[in-house]
Amino acid sequence: MDFGLSQDQQILRDAVARCLADTSPLEHVRECAGRDNPLSDTIFGALHDLAVPAMLVPEEHGGLGMTLLDAAVVAEQLAYAVTPAPFLASVVLAPIALSEAGTNKQKCQWLPKIARGEARIGVAISATVQARDGAGVQFAEGKLSGTALFCLDFEGADAYLVADAGGRLHLVPALASGLKATRLTTIDRTRSVGELSFAAVETDPLADDGGTASARLRDAGRVILAADSLGAGQAMIEKAVDYAGQREQFGRPIGSFQAVKHMCAEMAARHEPCRALVWYAAHVFDALPEDASLAACHAKSLTGDVHRFVARTATEVHGGMGFTDLLGLHYWFKRIGFDRQVLGGPEAVRAEAAALQGWTRAA
Amino acid sequence: MDLDYGPQYDAFRAEIRAFINAHRHLAPPSATRFSRPSAEAIRWQKLLIEHGYTARTIPAEYGGYGAAPDILKSRIIAEEFSRARLPSGLANQGISMLVPTLLELGTDEQKRRWIAATLTGEVVWCQGYSEPGAGSDLANLKTSARIENGEFVINGQKIWTSTAKQADMIFCLVRTELEASKHSGISYLIFSMDIPGIEVRPLKTMTGQAEFNETFFTNVRVPVDQIVGQRGQGWFVANATLGHERGMLGDPDALENRLQALIGLMQQESIGEGRAIDNAVLRDRLVALQAEVTAMKCNGMRILSNSLKGEPGGMAKLSVKLQSCEVAHQISALAIDAMGEMGILYHRSPRERDGGAWQWNYMFQLGLIIGGGTAQIQKNIIAERGLEMPREPKLARISDEAKGAAGMQTDRQGAA
Repeated sequence: MDFGLSQDQQILRDAVARCLADTSPLEHVRECAGRDNPLSDTIFGALHDLAVPAMLVPEEHGGLGMTLLDAAVVAEQLAYAVTPAPFLASVVLAPIALSEAGTNKQKCQWLPKIARGEARIGVAISATVQARDGAGVQFAEGKLSGTALFCLDFEGADAYLVADAGGRLHLVPALASGLKATRLTTIDRTRSVGELSFAAVETDPLADDGGTASARLRDAGRVILAADSLGAGQAMIEKAVDYAGQREQFGRPIGSFQAVKHMCAEMAARHEPCRALVWYAAHVFDALPEDASLAACHAKSLTGDVHRFVARTATEVHGGMGFTDLLGLHYWFKRIGFDRQVLGGPEAVRAEAAALQGWTRAA
Repeated sequence: MDLDYGPQYDAFRAEIRAFINAHRHLAPPSATRFSRPSAEAIRWQKLLIEHGYTARTIPAEYGGYGAAPDILKSRIIAEEFSRARLPSGLANQGISMLVPTLLELGTDEQKRRWIAATLTGEVVWCQGYSEPGAGSDLANLKTSARIENGEFVINGQKIWTSTAKQADMIFCLVRTELEASKHSGISYLIFSMDIPGIEVRPLKTMTGQAEFNETFFTNVRVPVDQIVGQRGQGWFVANATLGHERGMLGDPDALENRLQALIGLMQQESIGEGRAIDNAVLRDRLVALQAEVTAMKCNGMRILSNSLKGEPGGMAKLSVKLQSCEVAHQISALAIDAMGEMGILYHRSPRERDGGAWQWNYMFQLGLIIGGGTAQIQKNIIAERGLEMPREPKLARISDEAKGAAGMQTDRQGAA
């Protein structure tokens, strides 16, 4: 019995943290966030040196065969440094999809390249959570038609994984004929998101598994977004505490006033139990799959709510400076805002959690 | 991350399950927190001690089971009794606070005289800490004990003394050194509640019941050897056990049991044609609370693992009392909302649900948010010890006269 990170996971965490402290300073984040494609090749290169892209690729395909908890440890550090690098789709979801539902040919074609950092795959499964603006992709006669919104790790992708209306996943090269890719601009300029329109596009489908693989991607994606939220929340709390210790008004640090101190204590007290929950949700994804969906829903919805509170409270602790662009605090604020909405906001996710437990009466 | 306890512990768990199956019929109905243990409860307690399921690590010579400390076994015992909805032994202030204090700081004679009788439930204790003028600022207590003919002579008043009516004995903080500074003039005394000069008045709370008392001392005479630790060290003696009290107030198994009861209630309560759980807003709140409870359970496992490894509990531990009490209160609040108009029934009304327990909990849990170190004190602790934020600057000393003139009110926040 050991509820916590292993020695190896702590080493991984520290290595990624050191790497990002060097490669993802705020000046570089600002520069990336001002570009159409914010994803930083220098940071991705540094992460590649740490073998991050190989983490979830199985060993027989040249990867490290690591677990979702390992990936969550990295995600937390990426958010802590508001890192503009591809990760959620290309490093986590694509390898899981290909390993669990890919054909042998697909695995051999893509997994080694992903592990070597030579291929990136964007993932568009938003419609399996909530179809907005009539989005949805139909698969008929071997071809895809329709629209997929909120493709993650969009810029620079060599191919996309797309869920059709039945939840089946398809692999489509970025340059496929009939595919139109349009950038979407979000509050979070450290992430890259886009929209894919399909006009009878040739596809290479993954297993016809009744949506099992796309459901697994939803679970994994929610856990990683929760871990991201955790890292961004951790950074915001630390920044608020530091600022409150330095900023003086009325002749004393504002952090010595209980009004400010209690804001920080409330953030920390609500934030800390989320860490154990995220670890648990990540762990059961691999170790106890029957608990994975519910745990992922809990982690996603609780971090969504807790870190919205953290984001606004930490900003308030910084007073007027928190509201400016000067400190860059808003990058974390927006990262948390992104993590909350993507793959289902708290209410949508809780509705799913209720249905999973049979609490929703069939209409 | 490894959620398995291992074969040795699985066997231990199986052994407890077998015990529970064989002895379930002997278990007393879950006792209210404030009554004297029944003969049935005392028999159950003795049976549990004999098998090592309570008082497990207390030395056998003092009436415990005498096992080496094993956090995982303790955890498994708590899990299994909670799962079976059986009382895992007596939980009162004598056992949770006085016994650890005596074990650490009592004389051998005190240990022999009091620990075994306290463990079996034959001697019941109450706690004399808080006073009307000393709640969050506990060290400001004024109840005094002067020495006269080899006895302490105690005068003053305590508040929030739960079980004072039923108690045989009290462990009590009194000021023995009037000239010493606030924290170093206090002594920790233990004495009988039958001594002349002690008056107990029930303190009725918002729940409608008197879960607490006020206890008055007028020239109460106690032999000078009935002190734990040295004169003037009472503050440090008491602090050794305040941590135990806060530990009691954050049990994730208790949260899980309340949540399961809430889920059951929401599946049973009908609203028109449907059930409470069919209401999307109520259901959303239920799932949100389930996530909070799951997080607190995981947080508890994390704290457990930290202590197994000899690592400090850190922020995970510091946040438990604040978070758990808040979540418990919200569970009761949702239950009342889910009952709709039925939620207002109380005082043994017709159609009342669960004996009015939800309303009682909703009110009593507010008391727990305030008691045992108020939520505000918890936040100070989290900020100052956990986040290392600057302390409030000390105010210039204000004379009592000036306080009176300024009409300053003292807090009545209690450490229940």
